[in-house]
Amino acid sequence: MSVTAFLTDSTLCIGCKACEVACKEWNQVSNDGLDWRGFSYDNTAALGHSTWRHVAFVENTAHPGQGGNAPEAFTWGMLSDVCKHCENAGCLEACPTGALVRTEFGGVYLQPDVCNGCAYCVVACPFGVVERNPAEGRAFKCTFCYDRQKDGLKPACATACPTESIKFGDIEDLREEAVRRMNHLHSAGFRDVHLYDPQHTSVGGVHAFFITRGDPRAYNLPPNPEVPTSYLRKGWISAGIAAGLMLAGTLFAFYGSNHE
Amino acid sequence: MLKELLWKWPLVRQIATGSDGTGPEAMSEQTRNLRPRFQGAQVARSVCPYCAVGCGQLVHHKNGRLISIEGDPASPISRGHLCPKGSDSYELITHPNRLKKVRYRRPHSTRWEDLDLETAMDMVADRVWETRARTFVANKDGKTLMQTTAIAHLGGATLDNEENYLIKKLFTGGLGMVCVSNQARI
Amino acid sequence: MPGLGTSFGRGGATTSLQDLSHADAILIMGSSMAENHPVGFQWVIEARERGAKIIHVDPRFNRTSAMSDIWVPLRAGSDIVFLGALINYVLQNEKDFREYVAHYTNASILLRDDFKDTEDLDGFFSGWDPEKQQYETESWAYRGARLKKDIYKRSKGGGHAQDRGGEKIQANEFEQDKTLKDPRCVYQVLKRHFSRYTPEMVERLCGVSQSDFYKVAETFCSASGPEKTAAICYAVGWTQHSKGVQLIRAAAILQLLLGNIGRPGGGILALRGHASIQGSTDIPTLYDILPGYLPMPYFEEDSDSITEYIQEHKTDAGWWANFDRYIVSLLKSYYGHAATAANEFGFNWLPRLTGDHSHIGYWIEMAKGNVEGLFVMGQNPAVGAPNSRMERKAMAKLKWLVVREMVETETATFWLDSPEVSRGELRPEDIETEVFLFPAAGHVEKEGCFTNTQRLNQFHEKAIDPPGDARSETWFMYHLGRRLKEKSKANPNPDNAGLDALTWDYTLAGEIREPNVEEVLQEINGRSVVDGKLVSGYKELKNDGSTSCGCWIYSGIFPSAGENLARKREPRDFLGHGWGFAWPADRRILYNRASARPDGAPWSERKKLVWWDMEKKKWTGTDVPDFTATKAPDYVPPKAAQGDDALGGDRPFIMQPEGMGRLFVPSGLRDGPLPAHYEPLESPVHNELYPRLESDPAAKRLDSPQNPYANSPDERFPYVLSTYRLTEHHTAGGMSRYLSHLAELQPEMFCEISPQLAAELGIRNRSFVTIATPRGIIEARALVTSRIKPLKLDGKTVHQVTLPYHWGYKGLVKGSSANDLIALSQEPNVRIMETKALLCNVLPGPMEHGPKALEELAQVMTGHKERRQE
Repeated sequence: MSVTAFLTDSTLCIGCKACEVACKEWNQVSNDGLDWRGFSYDNTAALGHSTWRHVAFVENTAHPGQGGNAPEAFTWGMLSDVCKHCENAGCLEACPTGALVRTEFGGVYLQPDVCNGCAYCVVACPFGVVERNPAEGRAFKCTFCYDRQKDGLKPACATACPTESIKFGDIEDLREEAVRRMNHLHSAGFRDVHLYDPQHTSVGGVHAFFITRGDPRAYNLPPNPEVPTSYLRKGWISAGIAAGLMLAGTLFAFYGSNHE
Repeated sequence: MLKELLWKWPLVRQIATGSDGTGPEAMSEQTRNLRPRFQGAQVARSVCPYCAVGCGQLVHHKNGRLISIEGDPASPISRGHLCPKGSDSYELITHPNRLKKVRYRRPHSTRWEDLDLETAMDMVADRVWETRARTFVANKDGKTLMQTTAIAHLGGATLDNEENYLIKKLFTGGLGMVCVSNQARI
Repeated sequence: MPGLGTSFGRGGATTSLQDLSHADAILIMGSSMAENHPVGFQWVIEARERGAKIIHVDPRFNRTSAMSDIWVPLRAGSDIVFLGALINYVLQNEKDFREYVAHYTNASILLRDDFKDTEDLDGFFSGWDPEKQQYETESWAYRGARLKKDIYKRSKGGGHAQDRGGEKIQANEFEQDKTLKDPRCVYQVLKRHFSRYTPEMVERLCGVSQSDFYKVAETFCSASGPEKTAAICYAVGWTQHSKGVQLIRAAAILQLLLGNIGRPGGGILALRGHASIQGSTDIPTLYDILPGYLPMPYFEEDSDSITEYIQEHKTDAGWWANFDRYIVSLLKSYYGHAATAANEFGFNWLPRLTGDHSHIGYWIEMAKGNVEGLFVMGQNPAVGAPNSRMERKAMAKLKWLVVREMVETETATFWLDSPEVSRGELRPEDIETEVFLFPAAGHVEKEGCFTNTQRLNQFHEKAIDPPGDARSETWFMYHLGRRLKEKSKANPNPDNAGLDALTWDYTLAGEIREPNVEEVLQEINGRSVVDGKLVSGYKELKNDGSTSCGCWIYSGIFPSAGENLARKREPRDFLGHGWGFAWPADRRILYNRASARPDGAPWSERKKLVWWDMEKKKWTGTDVPDFTATKAPDYVPPKAAQGDDALGGDRPFIMQPEGMGRLFVPSGLRDGPLPAHYEPLESPVHNELYPRLESDPAAKRLDSPQNPYANSPDERFPYVLSTYRLTEHHTAGGMSRYLSHLAELQPEMFCEISPQLAAELGIRNRSFVTIATPRGIIEARALVTSRIKPLKLDGKTVHQVTLPYHWGYKGLVKGSSANDLIALSQEPNVRIMETKALLCNVLPGPMEHGPKALEELAQVMTGHKERRQE
């Protein structure tokens, strides 16, 4: 048993959405509504209670003669987003019922039988991953296929992915793989590739890192994700100062009244 | 008994083990017993029914019920992968809109009726027999024709080879139907 | 696939998906492989990661383009100009793989003096009969080749059979100039023929800049030669044209010139769109062929006796010299002991063709009320076939209709909720058609074989029982046949002799009495009649009635009891030997003798596949040799040799009587021995290459009031229309629109248009638009995207409008069917319709519903429809 992770590589993603379907089929998640969005080929919009893998489509101006994965042009980017399974997970810290737990594989698992639907985790997630199902009340997100991992199987999305754009494995191995891949892409002339692996923010690293072409923000990946509890210290100081000032103000008020 | 009951309370476990309440001590019984749902199921080796890449599928089933369908990692063509359609094969087989009864529409009717399968088979056999008997031409200008153009068939590219074999054998070889066609062209 | 069949000998992909990863360049054209074959596309990605260049030529920038190194948009329908220019580039710059070309292709063969090329006849080849509107092909024969009897007569028969089961000429008789200098040799004729396919023409007709063209030409050609190979992938983006076969022919010529056939990383991969669409031509549910590509007998042409039929289709040289063994074994398989030499093995129980009995052909008859009954199994013509409006209306003329499906499709309910009902064209009360809708079993609820895109048979096991009254087609056909045979027994009649003789005794099992599928597969494999022993392959088949075989090319799939090779799941090597069974004889890369030099040594270490082992005196390698294993490379056939023995040791294309890959097709095609560019049946421009001709003269337009055409060009219909598939759906939607997890991914019919056209018409992204052609009018949401680019053709801007065709009036997500817009038309060889290049108009705003829709269409037709600006 090792600590595991996803490496999702947009330079290999063909935008087929097999990950979305395989996830929903395995986890028996319902559809996300049958609404056409007119936003490229993206009709599931974002991660949420009924979409645990989401393929983002980023259309840029198409240049004839330059395919999307030619180094010289960047035209139609696709990337499969997923729960990051943060080391310092906002959802997990915020959960008052113990519904969110850290598994032996390093993932963050939301126990549906414990969740009471308070939705504290929803606002605490710096990536907007967790969402409450308004129909039945509880919150849902990617399980990291905890059930499958317990049997040594890959998560459903990584199993299905036709082009192995979603890789799954030991986190350290994948970090090395990501570096190798970045070097390969750089040497092949891809100057705009980024490795998205926020280790130096308060989330303290993630179990789902990404290789993107162009700015990761285009794929809904925030540049500096922060876990809300990192603001606690500042919050307490501010609260202390505020309390002190209020006290001083009160005293001052009495002081003033004594002078009358 | 009381101890067992208390032990189910995550807070108690947390205090007792000195952990922070986010690890195994916070896991419910259901979580601790979590396993892939195809554990103990039988596996049939299958092939994706959508496009012609022919991806291998592992079909997990238990007691006559389908559990899940996923890619077969041993396939030299698909290496265990499936596209969104192939990944949705479980739903293809199990979705609520699947037909389970023969539906029948009478001439000039505005609605469907249900029909017993064996009765429907008898009726179709009668229709074929009657139309063929009336339209079959054995000879033309003294030469063999053995043909009817009044009954036609369409379909085959989604069917098994054995099924196509029987269709051609019965319809063309047995009944003289020449209007036999399917999606395939070039 | 006569495009591949006439060029190489077999109508199937020449290579395997996995082998694409060995290519040094891959040209994907007429296909969006990443979208429609995503898992197959992993091998393209693997090739790219190994350094191969991926080229995508397609009107749309789609998910395939996004993964390619080079994307070149071109005008739909101009592909032969582009491919012709690539061929011209190869010939002019002498980039051809000369040793391969000289030995393995018919480049050196001399043509008859009366053969005239398009260069001589303003776009026609010699032999055009303007009265019959067809070619008399005698002059296309090799110089010195004897003609088979009555070459003119065999013009009516079906296209699928034209290139198989024999030739119109004895193509093993020819004269040669091995220096390739003679002006009448194929090489020189080819050079002259393609000389007008210049980069300038590509710019003017395809809308592709010369620099983009050169980029493709240089990339593709530099990836070919002894050390390198390049592959071509295509799909219906090439086939669904009025000249589809010739498009594939052009690809075949290019690959032969570059020496890319029969070699690892090379070849032409036909990407097919249904699980067993290859299987359904191999063991056809098609009108013009019998299993194994034996032609159906045609009334008064080849059908007076089995002797005449065999004479017509058997060849002296090449593999088809065995034709008699295959037809006799098939008849033995159909009719069993009743088939004897005395009764010509039951040949006279087979029906004769009398015309065009293809889908489109008989549907036109249906529309006239000439078809009484129809079976539809796993197809949805009400929204999936061209001119769907006409398809639906024609079904109302049937007396009875049997549909077998997993869901209630549009075809089953055309009488209830089709647009014709809401538009007042059909009234359910008026429709006599009796409809039987049978629930069908899914793939895990029955067992049997699919043949995939690379000719690989894979058996799928049964996991569970079908629900309720759902049954397999095996069950349905067996029990229908059983009933009919019982009826015949009760009413003896000579008309039923074939039915009475038909062998129909399969073991039944279970409560539902399901026939044993493996017994059917064994019948397909073939047996020795005397002892019932399974044959080990087609070489054991006899012409005297002592063997039976349901499909000779599949023979060997079940070589002994308990040994179903399609069921095997133990891959031994990269090509997958040990996993399934590839026809023929488990060969994974066809014509692989060409992977070695004429002397039998590999062309290079890097590209070795099959070679001659000097010590063991046999062909060996990583694939099963597609060649007689012990025939030495220096074998020279004696004069009297017949069949395979008549082919020399350096003739890799063993199905052809001359043993060579055909740059020039001397017999078997109806619209020319070489590809030539003709405009689509509806085109926004005139044919600048051959101004005397607009479209392929041999193609059938099937004009009628129900199937009208636009002019070329036509102010009323100024835009090029093309249809396509999305990853998230499957064909006409019967297997995807009903499923929530696929429906949600592409929930609504849309239309991709360029920002420039959107601006011109005042269309905003997401707004509704109405799209009209002379055949129909539909509605879609506008997806305005710069992935669609207007093209400049000779200074004129041409807009292309592209539509997915997955929707219909049933399912979880409903929408207009793009096929309402498509014309019924027939390519001359295989009668395929043109869906990839037509003309249309786009009107901003939603479509009128009910009868008003047709009024609006009439207004568009008269040119009186004003565009509604938003």
